[in-house]
Amino acid sequence: MPKMSALTVSELNRYIKELVAKDVILSGLWVKGEISNFKNHYSGHFYFTLKDEKSLLRCVMFRSNASSVAFMPEDGMKVIIRGYISVFERDGQYQLYAEEMQPDGIGALYIAYEKLKNKLAAEGLFDAEKKKKLPYIPRSIGVVTSSTGAVIRDIINVLSRRFYNVNIKLYPVQVQGEQAAGQIAAAIGRFNELDNVDVIIVGRGGGSLEDLWPFNEEIVARSIYGSHIPVISAVGHETDYTICDFVADVRAPTPSAAAEIAMPERAVMENRLDGLKMRLRNAINKKTSMERLSLKRLEGSTAFKQPYNRIYQSRMLLDVQKRYMEKALEALKIDQRNKLSLLAAQLDSLSPLSSLARGYCIIRSEKDDTLIKSVHSVSLGQRLEISLTDGKLDCTVDGIKGDENEQ
Amino acid sequence: MNSEGITFEQAMAELEGIVKRLEKGELTLDESIGFFKRGVELTKYCNKKLDEAERSITMLIEGENGITEKELSV
Repeated sequence: MPKMSALTVSELNRYIKELVAKDVILSGLWVKGEISNFKNHYSGHFYFTLKDEKSLLRCVMFRSNASSVAFMPEDGMKVIIRGYISVFERDGQYQLYAEEMQPDGIGALYIAYEKLKNKLAAEGLFDAEKKKKLPYIPRSIGVVTSSTGAVIRDIINVLSRRFYNVNIKLYPVQVQGEQAAGQIAAAIGRFNELDNVDVIIVGRGGGSLEDLWPFNEEIVARSIYGSHIPVISAVGHETDYTICDFVADVRAPTPSAAAEIAMPERAVMENRLDGLKMRLRNAINKKTSMERLSLKRLEGSTAFKQPYNRIYQSRMLLDVQKRYMEKALEALKIDQRNKLSLLAAQLDSLSPLSSLARGYCIIRSEKDDTLIKSVHSVSLGQRLEISLTDGKLDCTVDGIKGDENEQ
Repeated sequence: MNSEGITFEQAMAELEGIVKRLEKGELTLDESIGFFKRGVELTKYCNKKLDEAERSITMLIEGENGITEKELSV
């Protein structure tokens, strides 16, 4: 064999890779098999092997595609993968580069699930504002599940631990198989008719998509949506999402969690109530002490301290007025007295007595006391009385002489 | 003011509302006292409700004469 024709390993691997890449079938195909050796690398890429009874196929799914896989693949899961075959030159290995992955055998279910989910979402069955609030302390909890499954046991365990006084009503139903969906829907409807529970837990344990299927049926979704009693859904494992989960008022990752959600710990409620009680007392105490303070302030005000203040003030004012009046009166008196003495002086100056003092006299007829002002009013021998400043003279008329210029 | 017939949630919600109004301090004294009395009544009611429920686990069985409850042994 001529040495010239020998290829390097890399050359060979590259050649094969090119050969594979040219192949129409290998560059775009669907493969089905069971996943094994699954690794979800921290980079976000999936590395796994696809196998059937006889063979293995190495697979890789890069993050860009892996992130759009609706479920978390795991070992033993049967899947259908769309992708292409290529050669990894370094290892001289071909592998499947997966672009799309679907659970196998239930592909139809998967499509039905997506279709129903979209339809119900469009109708508003999943709307957040339609979700009912769970009661704080349900007196009784209705459970729709199998009477023999682990779900009811888990729920009873959790609720017994959390709350001493709880009433659990189990409505036993089949949780898988053809009868299941109808029974589940009927049970929810029955609880609503009887109206004997405050919250309903609908659930079953984990299983395949087929097992969980009843919880993806429209009749169940509609019965949950139509329930006036809040519904908690606890179907399968944390990673399983059913239509039931979307419609329910609350989705619990597990049945135990559903019980915990349905029944908050008694201690938590008691604490909350105690807190409110304390705040209530504090608030009223604050109010009353505030009112008391303003009352004190009012009591301390002058109006309360000296209720007669105004009267005193008025009285004082009255006194002042009175004094003014008295003063005015006094002034008036003095004024009048002055006027009087002035008048008296004037009067005095006009008094005939002062004329007498200056040497004049007043003559009256003795007989009739008439004032004699003229010589003509007397006759000879008539008796007259002459008043002088210091006494009187009694006289007789001896002669009468009139003034010459009078004639 | 009657608490009977209201649910625990309603009582808690009302109590919370009362506490908030009282804490705002915008009420008259008479109003405050009125609300306080109601608040005390509600706390008593809530406590009662907490103790009220009885523990029982039953299974509902549909029969010819309607539904019956059977004690479920755990």
